[in-house]
Amino acid sequence: MSAPSVEKGIQAIKAQIDAPVASFFSACVHCGLCAEACLFYTETGDPKYTPINKVEPMRRIWEREYTLLGKAKAALGLAKDVDEGTFTEWETLVYDGCSLCGRCSLVCPVGNDISGMIRKIREGFAAAGHAPEGLIGASKRAVEIGSPMGVKLPAVQAQIKHLRKNTGLDVPIDAKGAEYLVLLSSMEIMNFPEYLEAIARIMHQAGKTWTIASKAFEATNSGVQIGVSDIAKLLVSRVVDAADELGVKTVISPECGHAFTAIRWDGANLIGRPYGFEVKHILEVLDEFVSQGLIKTEGGEDAKLTYHDPCQIARKGGVVKQPRNLLNRIATNFVEMEDAGEMNWCCGGGGGVSANERADEVKLTAFNRKKSQLQALGVDTLVTACANCRLVLEEGLEENEMDIPIVGLTEMLAEYLVEDKPRPEVKEEA
Amino acid sequence: MGANELLSWARGPGFDIALIIFVGGMLLRLLEILALGKKPDLSPPRGSGPKGGVETILTRMLPRKSIFDKEPLRIINGYVLHIGFFTVLFLYGPHIVLFESFLGFGWPALPSGMIDAASAITIVSLGVALALRLNNKVVRFLSTKDDYIAWAITLLPVLTGYMAYNHLVASYTMMLALHLLSVELLMVLAPFTKLTHMFSFAMARWYQGYQAGRRGVES
Repeated sequence: MSAPSVEKGIQAIKAQIDAPVASFFSACVHCGLCAEACLFYTETGDPKYTPINKVEPMRRIWEREYTLLGKAKAALGLAKDVDEGTFTEWETLVYDGCSLCGRCSLVCPVGNDISGMIRKIREGFAAAGHAPEGLIGASKRAVEIGSPMGVKLPAVQAQIKHLRKNTGLDVPIDAKGAEYLVLLSSMEIMNFPEYLEAIARIMHQAGKTWTIASKAFEATNSGVQIGVSDIAKLLVSRVVDAADELGVKTVISPECGHAFTAIRWDGANLIGRPYGFEVKHILEVLDEFVSQGLIKTEGGEDAKLTYHDPCQIARKGGVVKQPRNLLNRIATNFVEMEDAGEMNWCCGGGGGVSANERADEVKLTAFNRKKSQLQALGVDTLVTACANCRLVLEEGLEENEMDIPIVGLTEMLAEYLVEDKPRPEVKEEA
Repeated sequence: MGANELLSWARGPGFDIALIIFVGGMLLRLLEILALGKKPDLSPPRGSGPKGGVETILTRMLPRKSIFDKEPLRIINGYVLHIGFFTVLFLYGPHIVLFESFLGFGWPALPSGMIDAASAITIVSLGVALALRLNNKVVRFLSTKDDYIAWAITLLPVLTGYMAYNHLVASYTMMLALHLLSVELLMVLAPFTKLTHMFSFAMARWYQGYQAGRRGVES
């Protein structure tokens, strides 16, 4: 990145303004209903968190640059400026006070995709030098080391070694011609190794060939979160290049919400060409395996449990029925939270909020929404399908002294997997 | 200028000028939007964009339950205001005659007593809208001069129409002239205020719905 400046920030925002954005600003009547959909407003009660207010700098730039009326106002000195002060003032709203969850976009009566605009305006804040330290650090590590948490290939290999010992199953690395390329999030590598083990067991049972790419095991994309398309493009390219090189048919996005958005919806647009492979979320793949009879389950969890829909997977990703199909198979007492599915409430830490230490306090305040939802249900277990949601929820529960274990849906499915296929002998490494 | 001259100016040149500004201004605002264009989406679609666009234009007419439960008054008042306004605008006999002179066809009118009631309801609803704007902390925080101007120029035609019909304050001729002038004020300012939403709402819904449709997600 070259040296940031206000001018670059304004130019970057200008470049993001297209016909949809212009129609959104033109249609907004300041009804304020978006605030009622936003957990940063409902939990803090502060109107500055009203979603449409978070993109006010973009509205000013749109009016001044792309409307005759705005140009006239500017000529008469009546237009509001966007300057260093504006970026400073809005920075915490754009990054700390928005998890890009997208609930606001679904309730807007005129149909404005407000969270989509917040994703766009971040490009300007990053270019103006107003991105939070936490996200800058994560992006740097992602570019230089290969993962936002600084995880390197040896950490994955160490996990694979353990896995081999525990299960006798191998995890193929760089296997050409495999059907599936499995991606991981660094949180899964660091905190939730049970995910990779579950995948190995399920793939073996389903009789599918799969691989991990040594050059692109990481699925998360800090470039998307911070709003720097060049970085986002670089990170997506790693996955695309690896998938092309290995000739896989399908890339599987892990239990991570924004990684799915990055690779499934943003990726092709970032690199400027369509993919030669399919991208599916792991829950889509598992649901397919089950419905095609490739894997079977036996027994299930009797504890009262509910499912937390990760925003990017459900509301923005359309993977809503698959987790329910799976849970109804392996849980006898599955109950839904209020507003479950596409209108779910965010954990409070999506969209880069959890990587931004400055936002820790507001994130925990926002968590109160999930807390009251869980208290209303009185569940023993919480199931989800996003490692980031999982960490944020664990932190929130701990902070509130609520003792509810959280499990990933993939590992839960593996727990009840019928494993009747013999496992191959794996040579023990020296 | 007497009431008669004012009325004939408002009916003649005044109306023509207002109409030209309204049509030209709205076209300009809509072209300003369309001229910005939109990059094609290269991600593989899961569903149909156009289907999602059309569906969202229709389904956003209704609120989601979780938001309606929180803000029933604001939402119901929104319906009353819009339905009331359009009832008076499109179903009052003399208005239909005017539309017919432009379009070449007309449609049945509602009895004028009902229009009178609809006007009164719309005026009350606009009052409620203003009270909400001033008292709800989010709406007050968001509101700009533009919002209050848009409110005022929407109220004036309904109010003056109601007063003319009920022979209140001034002579019928004078009130009718003021009614026409207030309509012309609305037409002249609409393209340059938040009232552009009367057309751009469909574009906004289309764009969000199109993306949602491609992704196979709800919108």
